[in-house]
Amino acid sequence: MSDGSPLRGVIVSHAAVAQALVSAVSVITGIDGALTPVSNEGCGTDALAERLNKAVGSGPAVLFVDLPGGSCLTSSVRYAKQHADIAVVTGVNLAMLLDFVFHRDVAPAEAARRAAEAGGKAIRVTAA
Amino acid sequence: MSLALYRIDDRLIHGQVVVGWGQPLHITFIVLVDDEVRSSDWEQDLYRMGVPPDMEVIFASVEEAARQMASWQTDPRVGILLVGDVNTAVSLVEHAPQVRTFNVGGVHHRAGRTERLRFVYLTDDEAAKLRQLAARGVEVTAQDVPTAPAIPVGDFT
Repeated sequence: MSDGSPLRGVIVSHAAVAQALVSAVSVITGIDGALTPVSNEGCGTDALAERLNKAVGSGPAVLFVDLPGGSCLTSSVRYAKQHADIAVVTGVNLAMLLDFVFHRDVAPAEAARRAAEAGGKAIRVTAA
Repeated sequence: MSLALYRIDDRLIHGQVVVGWGQPLHITFIVLVDDEVRSSDWEQDLYRMGVPPDMEVIFASVEEAARQMASWQTDPRVGILLVGDVNTAVSLVEHAPQVRTFNVGGVHHRAGRTERLRFVYLTDDEAAKLRQLAARGVEVTAQDVPTAPAIPVGDFT
């Protein structure tokens, strides 16, 4: 990471999915403060942009979005276009977040690429 | 089968539209009427990401929508038409009077708006415009998802 400020992860989701993922990461890893949940509950475009702005703050960040389309994604991509050092990943899952919190010493784009790879690897059909 | 739903929703294409309404209505195309999105390639790409690959998304300005309305209304496929705000809905009805219904699906909080329903916030001017639409014979109801009751315009404006 270039400027030394901690890379933050912001989870952007419908309903309470983001909050639940933050809690799960904390329980599993004991790491608090690396992830911030943002829900689109009751939000129009302006309100969701304000929630994103507040969650990201001034530092670099990766936005983890639940679906590859819809209001969470459109607001996140708009935000990334207007701010430097922001990367966006869709299809957030617990596996990618667990990898992310231990590998934040890189630029947002690299952290996003790595997280997407880790999340994808966790999706399997297991033997019965 | 034509356009099965004319909807005001400031989130435009999102889960409630594509899945919540799209699945039970069996839609295969969406018409997004918004002058700003119509002129922005990257926003169109973004909205296309939110739909299955076999679903067509048509972007139109209000004037283009008025010209194409008859063909969409007689399209053998089923589609949904979306606008992002009350003013665009009013403008569309003025340009295309054959639009006879509007579903208010999501108009969220913004300065000057007050809560009318959990998912509908309106300024007094927007509320008056919806009542005026109804007075012109347009059936205006609020309903976020198909399983919820449709609330008549007089009950939330």
